[in-house]
Amino acid sequence: MKHLLDIGDLDAASIGHLLDLTDHMVEINQRPMPKVPALRGKTVVNLFFEDSTRTRTSFDTAARRLSADVMNFAVSSSSVNKGESLRDTIETITAMGVDAFVVRHGSSGAPQQITRWTNAAVVNAGDGWHQHPTQALLDCYTIRAALGRTTGFDGLRIAIVGDIAHSRVARSDVQAFTALGAQVTLVAPPTLLPPSVDGWPVEVSHRLDDVIGDVDVLYLLRMQRERMRDALVPSLREYTSLYGLTPQRAARLQPHTIVMHPGPMNRGVEIAVDPADLAGSMVLQQVANGVAVRMAVLFELLGSGSDLAPDPKGPQ
Amino acid sequence: MQAEGGRTVMSADDVRRAIIRIGHEIVERNHGTQGVVLVGLQRGGVWIAQQLAEAIARSEGLDTMPIGTLDVSFYRDDVGLRPIVPGSVTTLPGTLDGTHVVLVDDVLFTGRTVRAALDAINDHGRPRSVQLAVIVDRGHRELPIRPDYVGKNLPTSRAENVAVTADGVVLT
Amino acid sequence: MSPRLVIRNGTVLDQQGERRADVAIEGHTITEVAPDLAAADGDVVLDATGCIVSPGFVDLHVHLREPGREEAETIETGSRAAALGGFTAIVAMPNTDPPHDSLATVEFVRAQAERAGLCHVAPAGCITMARAGQQLAPLGELAAAGVTLFTDDGNGVQDPALMRRALEYAKPLGVTLAQHCEVASLTVGAVMHEGSCCSHLGLPGWPAIAEELMVHRDIELSRLTGAPVHFLHLSTERSVALVRAAKADGLAVTAEAAPHHFTLTDELLAGFDAIYKVNPPLRTAADIAAIKAGLADGTIDAIATDHAPHPPETKEAPLDQAPPGMLGLETALALSLTELDMPVAQVVAALSWNPARIARLGRHGQPIAPGSPANITVFDPTAAWTVSAARLASKSRNTPYAGRTLRGKVRHTVLEGAAVVVDGIAQR
Repeated sequence: MKHLLDIGDLDAASIGHLLDLTDHMVEINQRPMPKVPALRGKTVVNLFFEDSTRTRTSFDTAARRLSADVMNFAVSSSSVNKGESLRDTIETITAMGVDAFVVRHGSSGAPQQITRWTNAAVVNAGDGWHQHPTQALLDCYTIRAALGRTTGFDGLRIAIVGDIAHSRVARSDVQAFTALGAQVTLVAPPTLLPPSVDGWPVEVSHRLDDVIGDVDVLYLLRMQRERMRDALVPSLREYTSLYGLTPQRAARLQPHTIVMHPGPMNRGVEIAVDPADLAGSMVLQQVANGVAVRMAVLFELLGSGSDLAPDPKGPQ
Repeated sequence: MQAEGGRTVMSADDVRRAIIRIGHEIVERNHGTQGVVLVGLQRGGVWIAQQLAEAIARSEGLDTMPIGTLDVSFYRDDVGLRPIVPGSVTTLPGTLDGTHVVLVDDVLFTGRTVRAALDAINDHGRPRSVQLAVIVDRGHRELPIRPDYVGKNLPTSRAENVAVTADGVVLT
Repeated sequence: MSPRLVIRNGTVLDQQGERRADVAIEGHTITEVAPDLAAADGDVVLDATGCIVSPGFVDLHVHLREPGREEAETIETGSRAAALGGFTAIVAMPNTDPPHDSLATVEFVRAQAERAGLCHVAPAGCITMARAGQQLAPLGELAAAGVTLFTDDGNGVQDPALMRRALEYAKPLGVTLAQHCEVASLTVGAVMHEGSCCSHLGLPGWPAIAEELMVHRDIELSRLTGAPVHFLHLSTERSVALVRAAKADGLAVTAEAAPHHFTLTDELLAGFDAIYKVNPPLRTAADIAAIKAGLADGTIDAIATDHAPHPPETKEAPLDQAPPGMLGLETALALSLTELDMPVAQVVAALSWNPARIARLGRHGQPIAPGSPANITVFDPTAAWTVSAARLASKSRNTPYAGRTLRGKVRHTVLEGAAVVVDGIAQR
């Protein structure tokens, strides 16, 4: 595997392999000294065109725990704001000697375009509304660990609630969850669904109350204030009353149901209970698992030699 | 079960006896089992460490021996040069501080896996000593590493392959 | 006295049919059309063996970028690309900087084209000042100076009241208003066709209805005012159906389609390559089929390229930042011959006399007969060639057909009696 751009490029076996690798990384992270030399001498560049302290820190930590050297580029401090084109930025950094770019960009498709201008590995840390593959992987890992689903998600019922249309997390999660065999239901008003979900392996519901008592996983998406301005919902208050996790709805969750959110949460909007009061909240586990998952991804791309032919004589 | 064209150099019984003998040698060398931890290297050494632990426990009248497994994938010096597929996750019985760690592997060859294991062990604590037990030493060392306990010294050519299982040792 | 030009061994094809004949030209005029004309000493002979000799092509929709964006194209380089594509006349879109909302700019464009001498350039005037959709441009003054087509292309005229006034005012001027149909409030931020592809790729979509609503509106305004309306770059199945019904009602509406809208679908954007970004966007196979059917039954009168050059670095930007548009002048003939399941005569009609009529260019698209102006295209309908972006005459490189092998190549182009392209090479 040379790049991680789109979770749709991975089949169930590949996803399973990355999750198995994550188990190793979880063990490493639990040690008093959570560091291994696997990526020593490799350089990882975090190129974040959109502000995101949490994801950038997660990737930064992941790279350092594998002993890689890390460079951080936040666009506001770089020459990109002075009018340098994306291509020139990539080619300049590549010339300095880089093994991997971790890219977050506001434009869908930017990481894919970047692969044309560098021979380094490219990890998509979120592009526009398109994909967020490492989020999907850490979400899968969290579900796997919390519900004991090491062999796959067959029969698992997952509801993804909220602004699906503008969500790269939703697009990636739908692909990953269904690849592992889960039944996914999208819950949103029609204005927050993509123009067409033809061919998406999902059910659609416009009523959270119809779905909430039956799911094993409730995945809440962030609801942004801007959506009000575009006449997509009348108000955030109405959104919460119809689609928010209110205390009344939380009481109807089954005891084993876990509640997830990609963060950062808009308290009082999509989630109107304190997550600390929700027994099934996995929000903090998601964050913790994020570092381990990203370690697994970086190791797979830069250290595993998986793109090389296996040695016929076996390991020495 | 013999591989096509392979030569059996140790039978199942030979392997079993070697393990029992090595178990006695470990106890003798360490003046008992106090502080001794057997650590099987992924993947070939794990079952051997298990059998060694059972053999020692039987002969010393113990319920169990402290035992762990170690995956060295992230410490190898050929990272990025050849495919690396980690085995099961490392599991160790508590801290290794002050213990006598006996690394257990099936075949000792260039010594690089053991070198990686020494680095990995270091990240889990500071043992009092580290010893090495292998079923087969096939020569061709590339590093100054020597085993403390050997089942059989087996001269081989580099091109040959040595497979160690409970059914025996086969050279192909 | 310039020498006589003789086009020999070709098959003449025009509104009156197809016949084996040679064509003799003196000055700016065709003097003889007959088989096996004898060539005299001093005649310049253009060999047309295996070729069709037709009235010169007319492109109703070309962005020449000059004045204002000469890094993408100039009137000279655009004219050269046009001539190589077999066009003897092109209508230059007014979204330049400054735009064609004043006589000064229109006359500048004409002068530049004259100096290049490769193609007749008819600047289209703006409908509104600065194409801002607020205030009428000097339609009367520009019409008096010979401008025959007006559009705010790049933008559609959003205000129905303003469009109505523009049509009423323009009616007695003997000109045609052309519309870029796009209801702007429905396409904010849009990057590609709104459908299942954009949903999958996470990109804002340009819904078909944003075009269809304005097509419908302007059909009704044409019905109300009696003024003619020409629809630029139709791209949807329903737009074609609306125009078909309007023509059946006898309304004075005409329409054009661009080759990319009958050859490329929105699925090409899966690689996020901005070379496929265009306005209106590439759509679905059903829309392509409807455009082809519209060209075949005459609902769509003309093939117009919407030639839109952009410098390479702009097309390398992320999809939402890249400018929309594709080159078209040099590939239009071949794409039309290769992809449209229509007789050659019908393809030529859509490239030549139909657009000439819509643009009211009296010297172009005329039958090949003694006394007609000598604006002629000679092309080999079977010649295969591979598109290479670097070898195009345009200053820009943004063709989506790079590497494709197409059938149909211009051999000679004659502009007002002068051979501006000979054996596929521009003479200036």
